[in-house]
Amino acid sequence: MTAVPTVLDERFRTAAAASGELDVAYDVLDDTPVGRLLVGVSELGLCRVNFDPEPEAELERLARQFGPRVLRAPKALDRVRAELDEYFVGRRHAFDLELDLRATPEFHRRVLEELNRVEYGHTTTYGALAAQVGAPRAARAVGTVMNRNPLPIVLPCHRVVGANGSLTGYGGGLDRKEWLLRLEGALL
Amino acid sequence: MSGIPPFERFYESHKGEVLAFLRRRAGRDRADDLFQETFLRALHAYGRLEHGEHLRAWVLTIATNAVVDAGRRERPTAELSVEPADEDQRPAVEELAPLTDDLPPKERAAVVLRYGYDLDYDTIGAALGSNEQAARQAASAGVRRLRKEKEQR
Repeated sequence: MTAVPTVLDERFRTAAAASGELDVAYDVLDDTPVGRLLVGVSELGLCRVNFDPEPEAELERLARQFGPRVLRAPKALDRVRAELDEYFVGRRHAFDLELDLRATPEFHRRVLEELNRVEYGHTTTYGALAAQVGAPRAARAVGTVMNRNPLPIVLPCHRVVGANGSLTGYGGGLDRKEWLLRLEGALL
Repeated sequence: MSGIPPFERFYESHKGEVLAFLRRRAGRDRADDLFQETFLRALHAYGRLEHGEHLRAWVLTIATNAVVDAGRRERPTAELSVEPADEDQRPAVEELAPLTDDLPPKERAAVVLRYGYDLDYDTIGAALGSNEQAARQAASAGVRRLRKEKEQR
């Protein structure tokens, strides 16, 4: 099988990103402080942040949700990568990115929008978030929304803890939640 | 499930073969530009695909088309008249394409690659992921079907 030279491969991926014809451009960031991250953007904005990606399955999911033209195109993720880098060294406290939540159900979106108001270095509880979206008894449902958050880190579900202050759970694993909260100074 | 793989998987599965094909058809120097052209065209059409079958034949057809188009672009009209054979190739494809729209995909690919692009059955077999004999059969089945349709009209 003919090997495609890297230069040629990268050139096509860059041209594809510039063509505006991709449903999702993604990249896998191998060396972040919280491990491997898959990040994806659509024409509307950031549409995926995924811990421990199994690319095959994740690409299928992206194709189902956004359309089949899903391609690794690092160039399209320059801004996302830069903002995450700044966040990981503590120089950025809020993300300035467009978000694409069109594949997220209505209730989830409402909860995530509320979540997005929880500021850097602060925490809230599942119950408090539930009350804020007008469903005070839906703390468990809010837990499910956090667990399925398509944009962890950027939509800060790590800032949601149990009523007794325990970390409870995290889609990316408790180690990561703890690391993120320490980075933000919310945990000592 | 649509059965259409994410473009990344399609691209990774076929990029090596497409580059090899383009190097054979157009030479190493021109193959790089044609490679990008081929996959940009494929990307453009990918969202409109209705199924994920015969993607290999499909992308090699696009590659062939890109080679033909580049050949026409590079040759000024004056020169074209010296080489009427090249001029003849194009109308055949343009006439064939709408006629073959209703054929089953494999037969359609075989007919278009054979009579539109003048590829030999060996190459077509490779493009369809089968062999020379199967390509020959698919093309003749396609032609039979076209004849029958024409009689019925």
